Amino acid sequence: MLDSFDALSLARFQFAFTVAFHIIFPAFSIGLASFLAVTEALYLKTRNPVYQKMWRYWVKIFAVVFGMGVVSGLVMSYQFGTNWSVFSDKAGPVIGPLMGYEVLTAFFLEAGFLGVMLFGMNKVGERLHFFATIMVAIGTAISAFWILSVNSWMQTPAGWALNSDGQFIAKDWFAVIFNPSFPYRLMHMVVAAYLTTAMMIGAVGAWHLLRDSSSAVARKMFSMAMWMALIVAPIQAFIGDMHGLNTLEHQPAKVAAMEGHFKTEPGAPLYLFGWPNMETAEVDYSIAIPNGASLILTHSLDGEFAGLDQFPREQWPNVPLVFWSFRIMVAMGLLMILLGVISAWKRWRGRLYQSRFLHRFALLMAPSGFIAVISGWVVTEAGRQPWTIYGLLKTHESASPIAAEGVAGSLLAFIVVYFFVFGAGVFYIIRKMRQHPDDVHVPDYAVHKGIASEFLMNEE
Amino acid sequence: MDYALIWAALIAIAVFAYVALDGFDLGIAILFPAFPEEKHRDVMMNAVAPVWDGNETWLVLGGGGLLAVFPLAYSVLLPALYMPVIVMLLGLIFRGVAFEYRFKTRRAKFVWDVSFIVGSWAAAMSQGIMLGAILQGISVTGRQYSGGWFDWLTPFTIFCGLAVVVGYVLLGASWLIMKTHGEIQQRSYRYARIAAVILVLAIAAVSIYLPVVDETIAKRWFTFPASALFWSLPTLLAIVAVGLLRSLRKSQQGRPYLWSLGLFFIAFLGFSVSIFPYLVPHAITIWDAAAPENSLKFLLVGAAFLIPIIFAYTGYTYWVFRGKIDESSGYHD
Repeated sequence: MLDSFDALSLARFQFAFTVAFHIIFPAFSIGLASFLAVTEALYLKTRNPVYQKMWRYWVKIFAVVFGMGVVSGLVMSYQFGTNWSVFSDKAGPVIGPLMGYEVLTAFFLEAGFLGVMLFGMNKVGERLHFFATIMVAIGTAISAFWILSVNSWMQTPAGWALNSDGQFIAKDWFAVIFNPSFPYRLMHMVVAAYLTTAMMIGAVGAWHLLRDSSSAVARKMFSMAMWMALIVAPIQAFIGDMHGLNTLEHQPAKVAAMEGHFKTEPGAPLYLFGWPNMETAEVDYSIAIPNGASLILTHSLDGEFAGLDQFPREQWPNVPLVFWSFRIMVAMGLLMILLGVISAWKRWRGRLYQSRFLHRFALLMAPSGFIAVISGWVVTEAGRQPWTIYGLLKTHESASPIAAEGVAGSLLAFIVVYFFVFGAGVFYIIRKMRQHPDDVHVPDYAVHKGIASEFLMNEE
Repeated sequence: MDYALIWAALIAIAVFAYVALDGFDLGIAILFPAFPEEKHRDVMMNAVAPVWDGNETWLVLGGGGLLAVFPLAYSVLLPALYMPVIVMLLGLIFRGVAFEYRFKTRRAKFVWDVSFIVGSWAAAMSQGIMLGAILQGISVTGRQYSGGWFDWLTPFTIFCGLAVVVGYVLLGASWLIMKTHGEIQQRSYRYARIAAVILVLAIAAVSIYLPVVDETIAKRWFTFPASALFWSLPTLLAIVAVGLLRSLRKSQQGRPYLWSLGLFFIAFLGFSVSIFPYLVPHAITIWDAAAPENSLKFLLVGAAFLIPIIFAYTGYTYWVFRGKIDESSGYHD
């Protein structure tokens, strides 16, 4: 039979699996909701039918993505209790109310107005419909606010005290919510969601341009996405740098793992490649820029920051995992910046809609946002180990008293169901994306008003 | 002020709102096998498509709220009910995605019909089983669940599971009575009548069975002031049952759903009085489980302000989509 360590590993793997699947959908829907709100606003302002087609094209994809986000999110809100009951008992009084506020201010708002946004055009009129779209977009942003506050509090706990039952309680709610890492994490994640969406929209636009470079709708979406890549990707690099400095201040062991920085010494190198060896405390096969890490983290060539030797061995995170996830995330970010720069060059030369090289590059970048988001979360979550609440509550002290067999059973069920259900969802989304965006059917609302819905017939 | 008690009432409202609203979504799906024609199924699904997501959100509030204000109960109940909770979540995944996927394919439409039906069955059944498991008691040592892996599985909990399935069928059928006409409505009257009779018998059976096997519940029921309520409940149940059946016989449109809610309300009241003041019967009371007062107050400020607003715009959504659904009002391509 499996021993207790395995029950813990299985529970951790189950959480990682379900949350990694889940984050894909909100990362996409936060960006898409804002994109739809902007597109609808542009349509109402300009009355250009291109915007209307673009809206209708993406709203169908949004509906599927949002639905998958809702059902995979429900799992998360119960998994704290099923698998991390000790953590829930101890941390519930602090993080519970924040999650309660997320439900009350975000989930109901999204769900309440989603029906009107998706199905209500012929029932409420343009202005109210636009209002509903805005409410859904705001709901997704508010949701990000609360859940990132919760996560950040677990990374950089503040404003707390302990009561006689060993529970964390809030001494100062403002300090809890606006804990030290929260502003950086929130900005980094929301901007990541926007970039993820931009990469998807850009890729779909590029794909249709490769087949038909005259498509007005494909041109518009590709152009908008490339502006995002040009302007927002560099901003994200800047935010990421600030977030990293904040992490250095509050979670130095995580930064040491990200950099493969085992020995505290001035003038630390920046490893581009290599394999951090936790046994020998060295980076094997490394290619490094001398003094690079010191320059980035201390803004001085021979600056010094804590290496892993400053921490007891049992408090090290999994160094290769954090090290490599970080490099993958950064690589995706750099590729996005490169895409933005090339697109600007082509745009300036008047070849934005003709450059097949650019379109192929943009198409390949379709999953880059998702890859960056997931690897970024691996960096921050694996980098926090062995703690659930940093410095205060260890992961192995947080789990439920559930036998390994039970966790193994549920984990297996989640894996099978998620691959089947969300695999089907991705299939339907990709099939939807194959539809030529100029062919989107836009019904005449006035004729249909009050009788039948505009969504009646045009699939397949 | 007794904030723990206020929160117990609010969580109860959230749970009841969930049952009242998602109950008809699930019930309609459970009724799908009785309506094999595709055009009927399209209409039935569209009778709930714009609102199901909001309905399910009450379940998120129930879970999130329990974690926030009764963390001890949350961290005991969920491990105790591990398997039914996981089955419910997976069921709700299959149910939820069916709303979108079903209209995205012709070839595989039946797959998502099955997903819709089985997912809803699984969710309803698990919810009933959890209800039964809480009623029959949960072993606790210290601050943790200490029972076995299959404690939740007994003939009684299975009975409760089936009763909830039947109850949701009643809600689903009476929702269809309100939202459709023609053949779907006619058949729904019949299913509602059958479900109503079975549900009333099931509620009566549980009400007789519980005090017999559980002394604490018996004591509660037979001492004042709960006894006053206890003796009025059978009368109320009879009144509502008769009202519901008459309303169905008279082919009323909206009333059957309201009467059905009345039936659920009585059952819910009976459940609450039976376990009060425990959240985990015989082990953890509302006050044992309550989070520190500043957590209760902090969330209450927002809840007091936000829940009425939520009711307002949820009501608005229902109003936008009011009226009968028919085959011409598909929401999808």
